[in-house]
Amino acid sequence: MSLSVKGLSYAYGAKKALDDVSFDVASGTFCALLGPNGAGKTTLFSILTRLFIAQSGTIEIAGQDLSNKPLSALKQIGVVFQQPTLDLDLTVYRNLKYFAALQGLSGTYAENKIMESLEKMSMMERAGETVRKLNGGHRRRAEIARSLIHDPKVLLFDEPTVGLDAASRSAITKHAHALAEEGYTVLWATHLTDEMSPKDQLVILHQGAILANDKAKNITGDSSLTQTFLELTGAEA
Amino acid sequence: MKPYFIALQAIVTREALRFIQQRGRFIAALVRPLVWLFVFAAGFRAALGLSITPPYQTYIQYETYIVPGLCGMIMLFNGMQSSLSLVYDREMGSMRLLLTAPLPRWWLLFCRLLGSTIISIAQVYTFLLIADLYGLRWPTLGYLTVLPALILTGLMLGALGLALSSFIKQLENFAGVMNFVIFPMFFLSSALYPLWKMAESSELLHDICAVNPFTHGVELIRFALHQQINLQSTLWVLLATLCFGALAIWGYDPARGMKRPRG
Repeated sequence: MSLSVKGLSYAYGAKKALDDVSFDVASGTFCALLGPNGAGKTTLFSILTRLFIAQSGTIEIAGQDLSNKPLSALKQIGVVFQQPTLDLDLTVYRNLKYFAALQGLSGTYAENKIMESLEKMSMMERAGETVRKLNGGHRRRAEIARSLIHDPKVLLFDEPTVGLDAASRSAITKHAHALAEEGYTVLWATHLTDEMSPKDQLVILHQGAILANDKAKNITGDSSLTQTFLELTGAEA
Repeated sequence: MKPYFIALQAIVTREALRFIQQRGRFIAALVRPLVWLFVFAAGFRAALGLSITPPYQTYIQYETYIVPGLCGMIMLFNGMQSSLSLVYDREMGSMRLLLTAPLPRWWLLFCRLLGSTIISIAQVYTFLLIADLYGLRWPTLGYLTVLPALILTGLMLGALGLALSSFIKQLENFAGVMNFVIFPMFFLSSALYPLWKMAESSELLHDICAVNPFTHGVELIRFALHQQINLQSTLWVLLATLCFGALAIWGYDPARGMKRPRG
């Protein structure tokens, strides 16, 4: 398994944000983590990126245990956070170069990797533009390109389409699916039911617990995903 | 070790670029001590008679006395400014990017700390240059021997800012830092008046000033400008740097978590 989460729990004081969460995602899979606001998605992402340390449970990223080998495990992940993290006054290229350096990459090797990633996200022609001049969709694509520079195995995208128009949302979702087809493991957090296809893996998170984990089409059966999602989360609310 | 230094260079360069872009910050950082020097010190020259006190070997003008304190002031404000930008970074998400880099967290925090210290030092030297044009000069070698003192004091105040930033949850709370950290640290120190002068008015205030790490930062700078080492202050600043640094590392420990996220 490329990403394996077992028995993960996290509480803010007395309030449980995650309660015994377990799921696996295989290589080359697009896994949508669907949950309403407040379900615990961002807490889960914070733990997967080691901003927090889980109070119990284990996480393996591309075979590396996040608690025992945190630095090796972190090398295997590419992240796009919910909040934009680009420096608005720097060019796209400089932003990516800064990130490459944080990953320990420099010189011609880093330059080639940056160009390769931008190419993959059809962002080559924007490399020299300052981020402030880009629209929301292009900024997100730049962030996805940035997450690919160091050849990670697992991509963690935390609601990357928030605040984007329908066309940009659809384009970014397509790009993410293409990355999964290339072999990346993609964990895509969202609260929007139209960002996944029936063959994608779907994990439904609600109030910190997993309600369903299977292929989307197996979970929904003949109903629509929106209907199924509302029924599942409504029944528990 | 190579990835460590690549990251260090990138973080320091980013801090420098950011500072250059914020011209207002640079001007404000210089105007503040210059107002103190040209207005406050000129006004108080007559009111405050300073007798000979080490490292000075003769009677000195009040302006000469407060220059090391104003160097400390630049570094104090810069340390807090850096803390403010860390809180901002955390709210805006770029701190997350930094902290998820595959390098030890203490190293990433140290890189930030060093970046802000280098910026502080550049500001101090600009201030010393203006003071020199005004006629306040030190022995030429003093400008070199003050460098280690500036590095150490900058690291101490930066580490304090870093520690504070890990406990300030919101940008709005930063005003509290101004009231409860910057002003007491600055006024309860030897920056504006020598400690013996303070003792004349209150023993308690004198004792508080004597344990204030900022006092020792200022004294370290004052002695270093005269090519002397104040051993007591050096040890005091080193100890404070270690304590603030340890507090910052603890504050940013992933086991403590960050701000509670939404979602």
